[in-house]
Amino acid sequence: MGIFSFAELISACKKQNKKIYEIAQEEEAILSEVDTEVVRLKTLENLTAMKDAIKNGLKSTEKSISNWCGDDCVKLSERYKKRHALFGNVFEKITTYALATAEENLRMGRIVACPTAGSCGIVPSVIIAVAEEEKINETEQINGLLTAGMIGLIVSNKVQLAGAVAGCQAECGVASAMTAGALTEMLGGGANEVIQASALALKNILGLTCDPVCGLVEVPCIKRNAFLAIHAVTASELALCGVESKIPIDEIVDTLKITGQLMSPLLKETSQGGLAKTKTGVELEKLLFNKCS
Amino acid sequence: MEQKSIFSVISPIMAGPSSSHTAGAVRLGLMARNIYGKEVKKIKFILYNSFATTGFGHGTDKGLLAGILGYSVDDADIKNIFNIVKDVDYSFEYLQDISRHPNSVDFIINNEMTISGDSVGAGEIRINNINGFSANIDGSYDTLILSYKDKPGMISTVSSLIQKQKINIASLHCDRASKGGTATMYVALDIPIGDEVLEKVRQIKDVFYTANIRKLK
Repeated sequence: MGIFSFAELISACKKQNKKIYEIAQEEEAILSEVDTEVVRLKTLENLTAMKDAIKNGLKSTEKSISNWCGDDCVKLSERYKKRHALFGNVFEKITTYALATAEENLRMGRIVACPTAGSCGIVPSVIIAVAEEEKINETEQINGLLTAGMIGLIVSNKVQLAGAVAGCQAECGVASAMTAGALTEMLGGGANEVIQASALALKNILGLTCDPVCGLVEVPCIKRNAFLAIHAVTASELALCGVESKIPIDEIVDTLKITGQLMSPLLKETSQGGLAKTKTGVELEKLLFNKCS
Repeated sequence: MEQKSIFSVISPIMAGPSSSHTAGAVRLGLMARNIYGKEVKKIKFILYNSFATTGFGHGTDKGLLAGILGYSVDDADIKNIFNIVKDVDYSFEYLQDISRHPNSVDFIINNEMTISGDSVGAGEIRINNINGFSANIDGSYDTLILSYKDKPGMISTVSSLIQKQKINIASLHCDRASKGGTATMYVALDIPIGDEVLEKVRQIKDVFYTANIRKLK
């Protein structure tokens, strides 16, 4: 029992002729000593909370405590009413939902950390937007979310999913890899395509730092959710066409961990470097401290 | 390697914006509430390091207060907690101390109990000190805590009472002020002990404090 690498996951899928979500729900059921149906219900509970967060985020323009952010999602909705996005409805929904969730998070609304609160908009935006546009039912959305969970879990066995440990690679980056896998599953991909999609997504975020202004989950975190949601879609589309990563995913995860170790502490959630220490970043920090002291 | 739950990467369902600075703060508060076990009328929070510098923007102060008053991590009222709470005397102090974890807090409750803990990432927490005694409680187990006069045989007396109920001990941690002085024992359990066992532990000679702390959801 227990799956700790992607190689083990693929091998379990092949041997048992099962999909990743089936392995995921069975492993979780054994671990928690419950029926797989209970695992699926708990997954649904999270999926429903994700949908509620999007709904709440879409209608609010309330700003964060810092007063820096909170009204961008509405800008997208307004623009798309007048002129559709170049990449169509799915692109519109994904970017809008990602910002809606991330903005709901910063105003202390109710969200699902996936894997972290700062990266909470990535997985839900893609699963829910694509489900709506492609008429994918709830059962398959749960399958997608379980697939995402299994991917994130395996990465987290090797590297702690925190910006302070490995930069944003380990937060929005891993969220994007989870999303790429979930989407590939929902669009009918097999276990190998799912893993390839995650590998492609993960490979292309290596080196991503965590340098939020004043330590808040706002600049650049919120907008990054929209970017990395779309990043996941690119990875999934490539994998579904049969594109494969030359470097196996387990080695990419090792690389992510080592890159995190090599990354200067100034760029790992300390707000001592990067965007946090730009001229404007420092000015924003001063304004905030004057406001709260 | 210990197998983890898939819900360690999907969830918690929580009030934002930060799993370490908001959800972790609420959970630290909830754990301190469980340990204290009585009504909180006066509470002072001392926030350290990153909790002190960025806590304001993350609602860490709101989360700590909400937690100690029993609000869950996903309660929509956390953001308005300062307007809701009227009859509790609460205050905050902000300090820098590099010997402490980056996200660290002390709870001084009703001027009679001090509890210290850290938010260690992704909403996970650790209580590491209760009234001067080292602790290691992460909220994932029901835990029996007792304070007693240090002497030989105490561990076996307590563990045999638990063993008689066929309850498995997940981990055991002891600390003492000095040889023969005050000691503290933390017993993490797979199943919580009942009131009868707690009463028997309480009646052991030289035990002067017991608490049966429930794990966090």
